[in-house]
Amino acid sequence: MRWTRVRRSAGTARGCPTLSPGVGEGWDRVTRSGGLGRQMLQALIPFLLCSLLLSGAPADKYLSVYSVAANYSVPIVQREGRDYVGLLELLEPLGRVNAKAEGVRWRLRFNNVEGMFFLGKTHAHVQDRDADLIGKFLMENKRGLVPVAALSSLLPRILGGPVTLHEQSDRLFVGSVGTHFTAALSGDNPPRLVLHFSAPVNPTIANEPGALRMTFSREPVVAPASPTLTFGNKTIPSAIFSETRGAAVLTVNSNIPVMATFGGDGRTITVAPTAATAQVATVTNPANPTSTGTNPAPATTTAATPNPAQRRYFAVIDASHGGDDRGETLNSSLFEKDVTVALARSLRQELESRGITALILRDSDANLTLDQRAIFANADHAAIYIALHAASSGRGVRVYTALLPVGDDDRGPFRSWTTAQRPSLPLSQSTATAIAAELQKRQVPVRALAAPLRPLNNIIGPAIAIELAPQGSDVTQLTAPDYQQLVTSAVATAIVSAHDALGGAQ
Amino acid sequence: MSLATEVQTRIPRHLLISMAVLVLAALGLSIYAWHVRKTVVATPTAPVNAGSLAPPVAGPTERVTLFVAHDEDGTLRAESALIPMPSGRQQRAEEVLQALVARYQGKSSPHALGPGSEVRSVFLVDPGAAVIDLNAAFADTHRSGVLVEELMITSLIQTIAANTPGILKVKVLVDGKERDTLAGHADLTDFYDVSAVNQLAVQLQSTQ
Repeated sequence: MRWTRVRRSAGTARGCPTLSPGVGEGWDRVTRSGGLGRQMLQALIPFLLCSLLLSGAPADKYLSVYSVAANYSVPIVQREGRDYVGLLELLEPLGRVNAKAEGVRWRLRFNNVEGMFFLGKTHAHVQDRDADLIGKFLMENKRGLVPVAALSSLLPRILGGPVTLHEQSDRLFVGSVGTHFTAALSGDNPPRLVLHFSAPVNPTIANEPGALRMTFSREPVVAPASPTLTFGNKTIPSAIFSETRGAAVLTVNSNIPVMATFGGDGRTITVAPTAATAQVATVTNPANPTSTGTNPAPATTTAATPNPAQRRYFAVIDASHGGDDRGETLNSSLFEKDVTVALARSLRQELESRGITALILRDSDANLTLDQRAIFANADHAAIYIALHAASSGRGVRVYTALLPVGDDDRGPFRSWTTAQRPSLPLSQSTATAIAAELQKRQVPVRALAAPLRPLNNIIGPAIAIELAPQGSDVTQLTAPDYQQLVTSAVATAIVSAHDALGGAQ
Repeated sequence: MSLATEVQTRIPRHLLISMAVLVLAALGLSIYAWHVRKTVVATPTAPVNAGSLAPPVAGPTERVTLFVAHDEDGTLRAESALIPMPSGRQQRAEEVLQALVARYQGKSSPHALGPGSEVRSVFLVDPGAAVIDLNAAFADTHRSGVLVEELMITSLIQTIAANTPGILKVKVLVDGKERDTLAGHADLTDFYDVSAVNQLAVQLQSTQ
């Protein structure tokens, strides 16, 4: 194993499993105890064994394995034109494993699961059921080698849980361990790209001309909904996610030198122009959209002392659900969380085409709590917060405003979290009414209702939720771009008409 | 002398015949018992009623108002029903919600509930607070969606408030514990304001 991050208590970095002479009967067993000398010996033996066993492997090809128990990598060897891995060293960090070679047969025991593999055969028996190996099973020095391509079907039988193999990039995810991230550009002068990860990360960062490259070798970072993220900004126009050689790579394209800073216990990475370039950008780009004509703040002052209450986006669009929260299962292959992201992108496009700046709160398959969504929207001081939902029941569109619960009273300057929406509720309701009227003009069935739907009640400013249902009984209409655009263009038009009222409320 | 001849000499003949008859009878009964057991195993058992068993309610029959969710047009409609009502205030609140759930579990249900869904209990806490405790099956099998969930929540709260005077706020628990949402959307973390729900019920009675 090249690198290991073991999360269980007994975990230390280990190499290949060693042969234990005391076990007898040809069983291979993982050694786990001993003093300092013995530990050093243990560290040395696996290394030598790996070198001996895998001498034919290209030195730089590894399979990265991400699991709840440990993140580690195992060498990949080329045999018969295929990529192979040693099954014993692959399973060792995941549980109690041993193996026994009996002539052409190789018996594996992992926890309580038994498997039988046959030299040169393309199938195996796991728990008395056939398992297809895609390629031949190989044995080298009593070690069993299986094709990498077979792992996605073989390992679930052995581990008893889902396994996802990214074969092109040599990455293996055992269980739901993926680290998701969101990317949001905040501030225009200078711009800052804020990346929020669902777990702490520590990538290696390289600056290249026109790009900043973050390589996640040890973290199970997974792709957002779209591998290319565009921000509509001249300084940081886009970011591209890719996977290669056992690692995830996020490349942030920029037209000026940028640097990355870490925060939020390793869960947040902020990419921003370096200090020198930021000043230049500020001076050369005085058209700050947040500065008003009546109170033109000097550009340099804005950069030096950013106003925390400064609005960055007029509209914050929240694609509801995401990550583990799939929302309603609309049909066997369509989840609400996927429809809401597509709808959010359509709405952003419609708003931006009308000159309204808009931010999508969740533009990937990330987990975001309701509190996080509310905090982000409140911190952004957006003029309007729009949560998007999709449903199979009913017809047309429902526009919701908050049904406020029984909450604590505001205390001085502190506003009650559960009823934070109260002062803005009339404006939210008038906006919802305007949207409903616009949808009615376009012959879309619509209702405006109150709803006990978080985080609407936690948002300080005007906040609405839109639930899209099909116009007929065909739920796949929810994914139809023309239907989505029909609705989002009506919503965008209504928001433009309410622009002055919404802007004045902030 | 052979062994058989010796046995015949020592044991009287009638005892041997009796023993043989008894052995044959035991064998026959064993075969019959095996056959009966096989028949019983093969006979399908009647489905067990998953609902809770409760003694019949004692009390005069009263007319109550149920607010029933209709999924087909997304509305809430008031219906009257005659049900036996006990004298205790808390028991009355429980009984009216049991009647509502029974309405949803009927054949022509306008808002289907999953199997085993039930209201475990209702607690009335002074001043003016009610706590409705649903079972896990109720929430786990409920359809997901903003409208379908708020229809159910409004149906429960409006029904209990309309038939139990003095309730100002309502909290919904699932299996005795607080839960974030009913089925992914309708918030269950806070007390519902009955007057606000009353206004929502008015909105939901119209399709516009």
